[in-house]
Amino acid sequence: MSGFAQNTFNGLVSGAFYALLALGLAVIFGMLRVVNFAHGAFYMLGAFGAYVLLAEAGVPFWAALVIMPVGLALLGMALERAVIHRLTKLDPLYNFLLTFGLTLILQDLVKLRYGVQSSPYETPSLLSGSVDFGLFDFPTYRVFILGFAVLLCVAVWWVLTRTRIGMVVRASTERPDLTRAFGIDVGRWVTPVFGFGIGLAGLAGVLAAPMRAVNPLMGADLIIVVFAVVVIGGLGSIFGSVAAGFGIGLVQAWGEAYLSNFPLVSQTIVFVVMAGVLLWRPAGLFGREEAPA
Amino acid sequence: MLRIENLSAFYGEAQVLRDVSLEVSAGEVVTLVGRNGAGKSTLLRCVMGLHPGQRGTVELDGRDITRLPAHKRARLGLGWVPDDRGSYATLTVTENLTLPPTVGPDPWSLERVYEAFPALHTRRDSAATMLSGGEQQMLALARVLRMGARLLLCDEPTEGLSPLLVQQVGDLLREAKRHGVTVLLVEQNLHFATGVADRHYLLAEGRVAEAMDNSEVRSRERELLAYLGI
Ligand SMILES: Nc1ncnc2c1ncn2[C@@H]1O[C@H](COP(=O)(O)OP(=O)(O)O)[C@@H](O)[C@H]1O
Ligand SMILES: [Mg+2]
Repeated sequence: MSGFAQNTFNGLVSGAFYALLALGLAVIFGMLRVVNFAHGAFYMLGAFGAYVLLAEAGVPFWAALVIMPVGLALLGMALERAVIHRLTKLDPLYNFLLTFGLTLILQDLVKLRYGVQSSPYETPSLLSGSVDFGLFDFPTYRVFILGFAVLLCVAVWWVLTRTRIGMVVRASTERPDLTRAFGIDVGRWVTPVFGFGIGLAGLAGVLAAPMRAVNPLMGADLIIVVFAVVVIGGLGSIFGSVAAGFGIGLVQAWGEAYLSNFPLVSQTIVFVVMAGVLLWRPAGLFGREEAPA
Repeated sequence: MLRIENLSAFYGEAQVLRDVSLEVSAGEVVTLVGRNGAGKSTLLRCVMGLHPGQRGTVELDGRDITRLPAHKRARLGLGWVPDDRGSYATLTVTENLTLPPTVGPDPWSLERVYEAFPALHTRRDSAATMLSGGEQQMLALARVLRMGARLLLCDEPTEGLSPLLVQQVGDLLREAKRHGVTVLLVEQNLHFATGVADRHYLLAEGRVAEAMDNSEVRSRERELLAYLGI
């Protein structure tokens, strides 16, 4: 039983990362109709930035948790203005080429300076040790990640569903032309939304630094699963991406624990689930068919 | 108030509007009739600034708005009731109503909207696309009234409505007119059109074929209905 609790907890923690990354991809796709293949690279930059800030300038985790998301959001906004916005009028192939190319550039820049070996990042002292939940105890840092990610998802959900900004973003996402016709400058929201999605990826990166190996390719491995998560949840569906993020974290953890005798299955279970969901619901669990503009 | 001059519109290579010129004066209700595919909806889209492939000029209150983006046109007081009703699935009924900023001197309050449309009040927290077709029509009309738009561009607002609701749409348009609102109305129901409008344009194959007043439409009703294929 405690093994099950352990696996479930770890699954939720991995799921928290998937959810944060998928959430960013979903808001970006919704507003820009761009699939950001560079999302994993920004996650990596978040973690690497936290590492460099600490190692070279002594900037602690808590400061990095603010500096990196904000800095990367600004970088994302600059990139959106410089190149990403050109994609809207082009064939989707360019979407892939540009954002994937961006990934390679960002990864190689980091590699050039810091090499490919993993760098250790110490868990902040406030969050070291473990929390005793009676029957089980979990590492404090992971409990923090889970709580923080859940709070963040709830906050984003609240903003999207309960505020005027959220209403404008939803309307612009669903029917951009119609929304323009109702006096809303949809274009004005595109850059900040892109920056916000990138900021979330950077935040997930900072959170990952103390518990995952910090290296230039850390995002590349993770993002493949995140794309499966986004497809399962329904491309562009905010709720779907978060739910599928946590769901896939659980499925993966359980798969690894209970199907370890079938490594082929446990390693591919995410994609098996994805294929199954797509056969059943081609637009994903919470996706809707595209409405006319 | 609205002046369209030599407006041409294209979908790719296909030309849908050919040198259309027409005018709507302040306070007038003018209809646009024509067969399916004549280009009526495209014309409203051009006025709204949503049609990329166009040539010609659109003037509002003497100001050339041809190059103005759609959201700025809306803020000048244009209110569009699109042919597909323009309901948002991800917005509640109330949000659908309050999404557009108020743009005119005389916007309806939400209370007034709900008083006039009790059915919308009952469903105010539902997703707009869960409403019946008729309720979505009402929502689309209520939305531009709440904006306080000065020029309504209504694309077949009575299509598929019960006679009772058609009557209500007519009352609303007449009331709006009394308050000085100008309306460009796409309408296939000639009886309804002559009941609310001052003048009519017949659009045929992308051109303004005829301009008619109410008495002319009434006297030629049978011929026009046959032409429209209704
Ligand atoms: N998105 C589109 N792409 C290509 N052709 C279109 C499109 N929308 C409308 N058309 C064509 O333009 C013509 C005018 O359409 P429309 O303005 O909707 O006419 P109406 O509203 O008078 O029925 C029709 O022949 C229609 O087939
Ligand atoms: Mg039409």
